[in-house]
Amino acid sequence: MIAGRSAEDSGAGTSGNPLADALLALQLFAVAPRQLGGLCLRTAGPARDVLIERLTALLPPDTPIRRLPAHIDDERLLGGIDMAASLASGCSVRQRGLLEEVAGGVLLVPMAERLRPDLAGRLAQAMEGGNETGFGLVLFDDGMTGDEGPPPALAERVAFRIDLSQLRSLDGEDHILQAPLPIGTVEPGDGDALTALAATATVLGVDSVRALLFALAAARAHAALDRRNSLTDADLQLAARLVLAPRATRLPPSDEEPNENAPNEAPPPDRDSNSDGDSTADSTPPEDSVLEAAVAAIPPDLLARLAAGAIQRKGHGSGGGQKAKSKLRGRPLGARPGMPSGGARLALVDTLRAAVPWQPLRRRELSADDTRRLVIRKSDLRIRRFEERAQAVTLFCVDASGSAALARLAEAKGAVELMLAQAYVTRSEVALIAFRRAGAELLLPPTRSLTRARRALAQLPGGGGTPLAAGIIAARRLAASIAGRGTTPFVVFLTDGSANIAADGMPGRPRAREDAASAARGLAADGHAAVVVDIAPRPRPEAEALARDLRARYLPLPMADAAGLQRAVEAARPASDRP
Amino acid sequence: MAGFPFSAIVAQDEMKLALLIAAVDPAIGGVMVFGDRGTGKSTAARALAGLLPPIQAIEGCRYGCSKEDRARYPEVCGTGPLRKRPVPFVDLPLGATEDRVIGSLDLERALRSGEKAFEPGLLAKAHRGFLYIDEINLLEDHLVDLLLDVAASGENLVEREGLSVRHPARFVLIGSGNPEEGELRPQLLDRFGLSVEVRTPDGIEQRVEIMRRCAAKDADSEAFAAEWQAEDGKVLRRIARGQKKLSGLAVPDAVMTDMAELCRAVGADGLRGELTLMRAARALAAIGGAEAVGREHLVAVAPMALRHRLRRDVLDETGSTVRIERAIGELFG
Repeated sequence: MIAGRSAEDSGAGTSGNPLADALLALQLFAVAPRQLGGLCLRTAGPARDVLIERLTALLPPDTPIRRLPAHIDDERLLGGIDMAASLASGCSVRQRGLLEEVAGGVLLVPMAERLRPDLAGRLAQAMEGGNETGFGLVLFDDGMTGDEGPPPALAERVAFRIDLSQLRSLDGEDHILQAPLPIGTVEPGDGDALTALAATATVLGVDSVRALLFALAAARAHAALDRRNSLTDADLQLAARLVLAPRATRLPPSDEEPNENAPNEAPPPDRDSNSDGDSTADSTPPEDSVLEAAVAAIPPDLLARLAAGAIQRKGHGSGGGQKAKSKLRGRPLGARPGMPSGGARLALVDTLRAAVPWQPLRRRELSADDTRRLVIRKSDLRIRRFEERAQAVTLFCVDASGSAALARLAEAKGAVELMLAQAYVTRSEVALIAFRRAGAELLLPPTRSLTRARRALAQLPGGGGTPLAAGIIAARRLAASIAGRGTTPFVVFLTDGSANIAADGMPGRPRAREDAASAARGLAADGHAAVVVDIAPRPRPEAEALARDLRARYLPLPMADAAGLQRAVEAARPASDRP
Repeated sequence: MAGFPFSAIVAQDEMKLALLIAAVDPAIGGVMVFGDRGTGKSTAARALAGLLPPIQAIEGCRYGCSKEDRARYPEVCGTGPLRKRPVPFVDLPLGATEDRVIGSLDLERALRSGEKAFEPGLLAKAHRGFLYIDEINLLEDHLVDLLLDVAASGENLVEREGLSVRHPARFVLIGSGNPEEGELRPQLLDRFGLSVEVRTPDGIEQRVEIMRRCAAKDADSEAFAAEWQAEDGKVLRRIARGQKKLSGLAVPDAVMTDMAELCRAVGADGLRGELTLMRAARALAAIGGAEAVGREHLVAVAPMALRHRLRRDVLDETGSTVRIERAIGELFG
């Protein structure tokens, strides 16, 4: 629907062309960097270089612009003692941190979707620092799928979110006509303007007050670009489109198809001839035109992403999965040579132990007579290591078909809720896939939140055929993505094993069974731990065969209730995953 | 730049009240704020810290100790004169390591001169002020345990890397988090004194008012602060009155019985619920200048003192606040 609004109909930089939007957002940001926080741009292509170049040109020449490498350690980020230089020179050498260098400037963050949460926390905190230490943030989000994205703590703190991933060409005209007014000279907006923004935000389910303030700042920056002191509807529409629409969590209650009314009724504001900007919206009160502008720019996949739960990103905590070596926390392991940076702590005693045998030699080398002093070299430094547990995700794959599940579905739901309620003991997350009728469906992406799980489970319907193969394939895919994040999946199948829908969705028992068996062997080949809980009233050979193919444990549980199911699953969990 | 004035925060009455109670009686054990991002949680906490009058601290003391602290911890405080300094507000970053929180061996001095010196961490910095932890539900568990332990004992005891240091660390712990992003362990929730649920104001007028005030502050933050100085002064006087009256305020037996009955009716686990309820009701009465703690105080603070302590039934979706209000209705009419 964004493409529906072509650049021709406005002649200005405010069309639906994402590159033009991004360029305009950069201009707005340059007018009011402190008020707008920054931008989040989803792009991997050459558009990125164009935008960086543009931004550099827009900002005052002496503005510091720095790039944040993903591997940066605390010392470099926050500044501190330069250990190697200090040891070599014998006096403490301080290094300036990146955040200090970038104060008052702009920090570019490539691969923002992979940013570590601790780093995101530091940045968010530094941004709150106010005038002295504050900086603008440009997040480049290279994510491919809907549920990837920059850390929410940072995405929340930048005004604009623009998706450039569908960009076909780099022809974005730029309109810099005259120098913008200072943002402070633009009036803060009268009651009607503020009401229009607040009402639009409410209708779109944008709860954050920060978003509202960003919208107002964007409207004022737009007026400043146009060298006006007062806000017009065009400014508000632009703010709604660029700031509020990407944050929408629901669509306005309307029977109309938003895609259709957008290009006709809410023409993009024209900022080259600002006097015209008002006349186009004369027929409608400002609130409506602002809302329309926002609705027209809502991401097309909003509903799908809402359904998949991608809008609310889940949090990351510590888990109870496979063991991973860590330099930060966990059970202490032995020390090893290395620099105490990146959060690694110096193992003092081991460092000294390593340095002591060399002392006479080194003293001779330095011709130092002072025997009270230790000569320590970089190679002596030892750091501590700890054993940390990776997070475990219990992945329920539930047979919701008519054959077995209707009676057992309630128990399966209950077991999932009980496991979540116990999440603080097992330190695990829970995910849920249901298969019925023609295919499998991810009902609950990995989460620790009981609130979300309850909502997803309430919607779990039952009935239809048994597409076991589709269920296993979906489980395998999710397990792979869980493992890819460094967490450990544990797959729990709740089924009677009697497949009757093949992988391609066609009915037929023999094919269905064959597909299921081959999918099961695929999952087993990935090496993920699994258990098959037979929920048929009388245990069947099919489920046992499935367990064999999965190389999983087989648990016939004909009579178990929710609590029994949960206990059985806990007992079947591989020992290494247990806390 | 001046901070946002406490009294200029629109709505969010429950959060503001909880913060005031915690400021009057820090022994209440911290405030847990549940809510979405961008609802003004950290602004409110920061504003309260900015509102409070400066504290008298020993000059050069790395822990910001008071005169009384010096008597208890002669080894850590210097002998310098007292100087005013603002009430500290420490924002604990999500990725903080244990070293940075509790303090560690001063590496530089250890390596250069072989001296065993302690480098204070964030806990020392927060002494006599506020420690704010955003997204506490995402914080490493062992760190949260450590923080709660120090918050409860008012003292940071460091026994590691050959160090043995003990220094005062009394602060009001303010945690915030969004339950949609991960639950908090019940044991941990129980250690927080009060909990409040923050929502963005629904009313358009309120949201417009927020924008208006932020724009005014943005335009001229000094003038904005001056405009709200009188209101902030009122809040300050209420806190001062509360602190003064607190110790002399008695809780009548009848109210004590009410508290015990309420806790039993809602099934709040443990004694901590009753104790917090009593303290919070007393602090509220003190703020209001009441002569004695009454049932109305108890009813007003019951949701924030108890809602995070109810035993959760996974299959019952009724919110904790509703359950408490229902119990209050049944017991006290």
